[in-house]
Order: sequence, then structure tokens, then C-alpha cells
Amino acid sequence: MSLERFLNQTISSWMSEEGPDSDIVLSSRIRLARNIKTYKFPTLFTHEEAKKIIFEMEELLRNSNFSRFGHLELLKIDEMQPLQKRVLVEKHLISPHLAEDSPHGAVLLSENEKVSIMINEEDHIRIQCLYPGLQLLEALAAANVIDDWLESHIQYAYDENHGYLTSCPTNVGTGLRASVMMHLPGLILTQQINRIIPAINQLGFVVRGIYGEGSEALGNIFQISNQITLGKSEEDMCRDLMGVVSQLISQERSARDALQKTSNIQLEDRVFRSLGILTNSRIIESKEAAQCLSDVRLGIDMGYITNMSKTILTELMILTQPGFLQQYAGGPLRPHERDIRRAALIRERLKMESEK
Amino acid sequence: MICQECNQRPAALHFTKIINGEKTEVHLCEKCAQEKGEMFIFNGESGFSFNNLLAGLLNFDPSFQKPSQSPFQPEKILHCDQCSMTFSQFLKVGRFGCAHCYKAFEEQLKPVLRRLQGGNWIHNGKIPKRIGGGISLRKQIEELKIALKESITNEEFEKAAEIRDEIRTLEKKLAAKGQEGGE
Repeated sequence: MSLERFLNQTISSWMSEEGPDSDIVLSSRIRLARNIKTYKFPTLFTHEEAKKIIFEMEELLRNSNFSRFGHLELLKIDEMQPLQKRVLVEKHLISPHLAEDSPHGAVLLSENEKVSIMINEEDHIRIQCLYPGLQLLEALAAANVIDDWLESHIQYAYDENHGYLTSCPTNVGTGLRASVMMHLPGLILTQQINRIIPAINQLGFVVRGIYGEGSEALGNIFQISNQITLGKSEEDMCRDLMGVVSQLISQERSARDALQKTSNIQLEDRVFRSLGILTNSRIIESKEAAQCLSDVRLGIDMGYITNMSKTILTELMILTQPGFLQQYAGGPLRPHERDIRRAALIRERLKMESEK
Repeated sequence: MICQECNQRPAALHFTKIINGEKTEVHLCEKCAQEKGEMFIFNGESGFSFNNLLAGLLNFDPSFQKPSQSPFQPEKILHCDQCSMTFSQFLKVGRFGCAHCYKAFEEQLKPVLRRLQGGNWIHNGKIPKRIGGGISLRKQIEELKIALKESITNEEFEKAAEIRDEIRTLEKKLAAKGQEGGE
């Protein structure tokens, strides 16, 4: 019942709210990996241990009055339908790994979906905070509050030299992954991105597409995150990332200015053609939809399109993913049917904008 | 996932067998797979993974340290005494079995961490509040012990006695903390 509520309330607050620099930065995310000292890591733990961990978390929820982020709801992976799991993955609330390969997994979700705590994924506990716009330090502060709450009840696996011990040595130390989702159409159109990505990699950051490892940069959306988790403080890691991000923001802004100066009418044409496709198409593939949505969002940011909400890109990028479309349709869809549904959903959503 | 044969080591091999149309899924660790004669499956080209990369980073050929074929010297295999994961298994899987593995493989781990973590191998971030108090006390004690040795070699015995008393009070504090923390 309450899961239904989660899913029906499809738009999470990080998708619909605006934050600092949200013309370019769509969202900021902090993840902290933690393990409980007395249990083996999920690589080796037994079914009993896994169950005990979930039980401990349930007890903790029941017995402590932690209300900073409202009510936290515990959902178990083995009690969810495949479609429901998929929707949570598409909303970035759980990882594909938790949905597919963690039979003893669970997740704690806050009502506004800014907070999700994955249990028994690659590590026992993964705290995740997702904020709109560029708000890494805010997200870090929130994650720390949750971390302190958990630590006051749970004995973490921690040692002085290695910090927080994680199942994979690429996360050890702070267990921190800070990532920022950015919309960079200007850098793509001016073909600067291929020069910039290797430079970012050299600085110890990873650039990926919207759905994580190995995914394509659909809709000109990139995810940038830290690679190194050991040797620096959490704040320094976030500040380093913010340094790179603010560089990218100013590069993107000047690319947009240059485009407006040199090819104003071409750009305007591109934006309105894409808007035309979205408002009229009857069949649309996810790749084309993503590209058109990116164009429309750029059009809004640059003032070609007025009276349309900025968050439409993030919102529709997520709502037009296969899982969501099937949820919306109320059952499984074949790829061709999905494309029809996707076109219908986009038309409907844009109509809401014009009637507003 | 744990190996379905020994129920101890992590399964490194996952495959589906179809015999006479009947499908069975098999999850084995390398050792059990070897014993069951399923080795041929991954003797061919295996996929490229993080673990290959990790092993490659170490310029380390796991085949050299495979659990030795001779059953007479099993004690030579480096392993974690809490979860019994071996170091070569760690290199294969790329994941540790438990928190204690970090201690058990401490020496081997240093170069791994340096390579993975941009030259860093010491944590410099958050210290958990509850167990953190103990950590700073222990650090203080260690520093005092160094000072104690120094003053003894310099034959400053009065100062050494003072330091010794200080260490004792701190150690008492630490012991009290350990009890309430409930290790």
C-alpha cells in the first residue's frame, strides 16, 4: 500500500525543485558506504547474517525517534515486483546492483525521496542524499546527520589507518562518492566536451552518463564524481569536485553565449523543431526524446521558450524510462508500445505546461 | 554470493547448465570448481573485469598463488583468519570478505591502495564519534610512549617517571571507554 504511494507520487523533490546553478547542474548526490563491524561483508555473509542486519535496522528505526528527514520507510527487495524495483532504479533511489543482485537487500526511503539508505548492497549500509542543483555540501551535511545517528546505535567497521572499511578497496577511507549531474549541451554543440572529459579524468574524477557506469550521455547529461576516497577529508573531496564543476559551469555558459552570438537563428530553429517533435510525435524512442528534451531545456534556459518549467528535462527524462512507462501503463510493454506511450506521456505533460 | 559447494568462499563462477533441456544454475568458488572438474569453463577467454584490472595493477599473476596443488603445505596460503578469504581470492573477486581482511592483508594492501587511491593509504577524513574518543586517546598514548623512550635514552629519569604516570592515567581512561563502548 505505502509502496504504491511512493511510486504514484512519482516526482521526487530533487526532480521538481530548483537549486543553485540549476540551469546547468541538475542534481547533487552524496553517498557514504558503511559496514557493521560484527558481520562479514555482503560478498561472504550468510543468509542469516543478512537477515539479522535487516532486522537490526528495523529495530533501530522502531526504537529511535530520528525524525530529521521525516518518516523513513523500509522496503525489502525480495518483496518488490520487478517493475517496482526498476522504477526505484530509474529514480536513482536504489542501485541496479541492489535491485538485481542483492536478494537480501532493502532500502530506507524518506518521504521526499532526498534520502535513501540501501542495506546489504555491496556494503551493509549505503547512505545516499540527493539534492537539486549544486548543493554538495548541503547533501554532505545531511548524509553526516544520518551517519551520526546510525553510528550512535551501530558499531561501524572502522580502523584508524584505513578509515571506514568497505568491501571494495576503491571505497575505503571516507566511503564517500560525491557526484553531480550536469546538463552540458553547449559543450557538446561546440564540440569541446571531447577535449574536456580526458582533462577531468586526469584530475581524478570520473565522467559518466545519466544512468551510471557504462551508460551513454543521454540528453547531454553527464555525471561527474570523485574517484579517490582515501587520504582527504570529506569536505575537501566535495570542494575539489565543486571546483571542477564550477569550471565546467563557466565553460558551458560561455559556450552558450558564443552559440547565441554566432548562430542565434540556427539555435532557435533547433529548439523549436525539437519542441515541435515533442508536442506532436506519436512514436518516439528514448534517445530521440532525450535529445529533444535537452534542446527544449536549453531553449528555456536561454530564453527562447518562456512560460515552461525548467525542471521538465529532469522530470521527463526519468518519467520516460521504460520502467516508469510500464508503471504508468499498468503492465509490461514491448519496446514499440513503449515508444508510443512515451510520445503520449510527453505530449500530455507539455499540454499541462501550456494550460498552466 | 557464497559458493554452493563449500558454503565458505565467495562464488567466482556463475553458470547455467542445460542438460536434456533441464536448466540448472551453478555458483562455485574457484577451488570447488577445480575439484568438480568445471575448470574448462573459464579456461577459455574470460571476461575483462575490475578484478583482472586489480590483479594487473599489482603486476601480479594470480596463477602463481593459486591454492597450491599440493595438499601438504596449505598453511602457506595467505588468508584472513576470520572469514578465511585468501589474498588471491580477493584479487579475483576484488572485494574483501570482512573488516578483518584489511588487517590480515595489511602489507599486501598498501601498494594496492596506493595505486587505487592516487598514492594515498592513510585515512584523513571523518572519525566516528562514539569510537573516535578511543582513537584520539590511543594516539596520545603512542606519542607519550615515544617521548618516554627518548627521555630514558637521555637519562632524564624524573621526566620519564612523569610521562609514565601520564600514560597510566590515559590507559585507564581508555580501558573505561572500551567497557562502556561495549567492544
